[in-house]
Amino acid sequence: MSAAAAPLLVERDFAVPAMRCAGCIAKLEQGLVRDHRITAARVNFTEKRVHLSCAPDTETPDLIGAFSLLGFEAHPIGDANEGAEAEAATSRELLLAVGVSGFAMMNIMLLSVSVWSGAAGATRDLFHWLSALIALPTVAYAGRPFFRSAWGALRRGQTNMDVPIAIGVSITTALSLYETATSGPHAYFDGVVMLIFFLLCGRWLDSVMRDRARGGVTALLRNMGSGAMVMETNGANRWVNASALEPAMVMLVAMGERLAADGIVIGGTSQIDLSLLTGESAPQRVGVDDRVHAGTLNLDAPVRVKITAAGADTAIADIARLMGEAAQGKSRYVRIADRAARLYAPAVHALALLAFAGWMIAGAGWHQSMLIAVAVLIITCPCALGLAVPAAQIVAAGALMRVGVLIKDGSALERLAEVDRALIDKTGTLTLGRPVATNLDDVEPTVRPLLLALSQASRHPLSAALTRDLAAMGVNAEPVEALAETPGFGMEATWRARRVTLGRPATSTGDNGLATQLSIDGDPVATIHFSDQLRPDARATIDALRAEGIAPTILSGDRAEAVAPVARTLGLTAQTAMSPQDKLAAIARQAGAGHKVLMIGDGLNDGPALAAGHASMAPGSASDAGKNAADCIFLGDQMMPVVQAVRMARRTQAIVRQNFTLAIGYNFIAVPLAFLGYVTPLVAAIAMSGSSLIVVGNALRLKRAIR
Amino acid sequence: MNGLIFLIPIALGLGLLGLAAFFWSLRKGQFDDLDGAALRIFVEDEEEETR
Repeated sequence: MSAAAAPLLVERDFAVPAMRCAGCIAKLEQGLVRDHRITAARVNFTEKRVHLSCAPDTETPDLIGAFSLLGFEAHPIGDANEGAEAEAATSRELLLAVGVSGFAMMNIMLLSVSVWSGAAGATRDLFHWLSALIALPTVAYAGRPFFRSAWGALRRGQTNMDVPIAIGVSITTALSLYETATSGPHAYFDGVVMLIFFLLCGRWLDSVMRDRARGGVTALLRNMGSGAMVMETNGANRWVNASALEPAMVMLVAMGERLAADGIVIGGTSQIDLSLLTGESAPQRVGVDDRVHAGTLNLDAPVRVKITAAGADTAIADIARLMGEAAQGKSRYVRIADRAARLYAPAVHALALLAFAGWMIAGAGWHQSMLIAVAVLIITCPCALGLAVPAAQIVAAGALMRVGVLIKDGSALERLAEVDRALIDKTGTLTLGRPVATNLDDVEPTVRPLLLALSQASRHPLSAALTRDLAAMGVNAEPVEALAETPGFGMEATWRARRVTLGRPATSTGDNGLATQLSIDGDPVATIHFSDQLRPDARATIDALRAEGIAPTILSGDRAEAVAPVARTLGLTAQTAMSPQDKLAAIARQAGAGHKVLMIGDGLNDGPALAAGHASMAPGSASDAGKNAADCIFLGDQMMPVVQAVRMARRTQAIVRQNFTLAIGYNFIAVPLAFLGYVTPLVAAIAMSGSSLIVVGNALRLKRAIR
Repeated sequence: MNGLIFLIPIALGLGLLGLAAFFWSLRKGQFDDLDGAALRIFVEDEEEETR
């Protein structure tokens, strides 16, 4: 907020999950700059983000308004994801290292080919020296990730995949240098650099996968960087970011807005949707002096709320603490590549040592024995193994992304493949978690256009639901005049000189109050009821889960009466009225009985359970806490992606196992050759690239596995 | 053998050129939005592309 005269620009990032095509890019980039406050807009389609440069005094709601004018829903991205920036930088660093080692590999290969085709004497020495000149800086630069990780493991007295790599690379480079200096016939510079190149490719794929999923997840996070309109003492209103909210401030919560802090209502009455916080489906009526909680949704009318707790003090902070504890259990999971490395690394070292000792005893001299030991190290170095897992997982994650499932990282796929129990939340997971009009078919087709005309002008959640359902039926809005919205009541307009209203029914409708009524000149013409509906393919999904050998049950925070009809329709057993702690305990019980639990849920109250489950999934409409805690996120109204993800994960594990078998089988052929001293640099290069290509090719088969 | 004196530096130089081009494109953010780049050719009006 410095001097307004200075053309200082502020850089802001917004997540726009709805962008789908080239048209959206053009619309956003060209439409946004028409707003005089915005000087530049740049779309990043991969991460579904828009980067804005705007005038420093522009308020967040104004910018969001500029997006909604273009028909896009935008969510501000706060500074909370600086960690993500750091990880993106790691990914870029890896890509640089891949580039450097790729360049070095090609140039050394160029020189090596002439050596293999018979260059001798001074030419061979010159080529070896040139190779050394390229290889040494490359190993020093591109090999850093491996040296760093190997050193870290050794210091803790452990060993990982990087230990044999680091030792192999160092010894081979040193020996090749010695060979070059003494005009020896074989230098393994090409092998060393090729090894680094292939391994870095694996690392980079792994990190790209995590980046991409995180990009998708950040785009879905709503509450990050959100805030509230705060009433100043002098009566003026000011937008305050969630992190800057303090107790005793008074915030104005518009309808359809989520509360940014805990507080007490001091003005207005409304209904509050608690479903994300407690799993309860029926909205709660609140008035003056009632407590309201951060993360809940204001449904009906604007209210004034005096903040009692903000940020880390809110009621949801407790849930966050539980979540942190629950997540610790999961971090003990050891990835399949590391499990393989635990067996593999000692075996490789033992083999190389054995080769060295064997040839020494046979009287071959230390130089020859060393050469053979190095050949064994190079051949057994887990080149294909390093690619086997990430290549398969990134192909699987890409295929799943196309059906609307975001996988957070490779270990999530591994864990997902092992599950045999599914605990499913009701509200928002088995159901859509939003009101759907239930009796639209009974409404006269002639009044539907009028309904749409009124509902589409309102931001009330019920109107939004009505608009969506009517638009899906192909209804076109009737032209109306003098549209106005009365908070707490509804919409009003003039149609053919008659007064039409859409709002709260005059008489109580008996159900939980989710209904709206259309009246013409005060006479009710249609009453539309709303309720939360089951996802369209919930039944099919449950059956498919059973077919996969996964036993599902419901785990809900809602009352038994609300859960019973759902449980009956789906033929499931249910546990109801569960607190977050109860859900954790239920998972712990299953885990104690030796089951691997897949937790599927959306609410804040599911957060700890999602973090504790062996694997977990959340729908795209879930609370931020739920999306952060879950391993995967499925988008859209369909639930079938859950089963597709499980199937894909199992398929991926099968491919990974095949890849391991291939890599080990290759070692069975190559290691004896190396032992006998037949492995020249040429053989090593062919073996290494051949096995890597086979492994990658096998992984690509996953691309067509999804049906 | 004499040809090598020219050919080897040329070969290495070309390789370095490629590497430099790769570094340049990485730094210019050409790898930041791979999916978007594929779609941008469909965008009609590219006047506002100046960054």
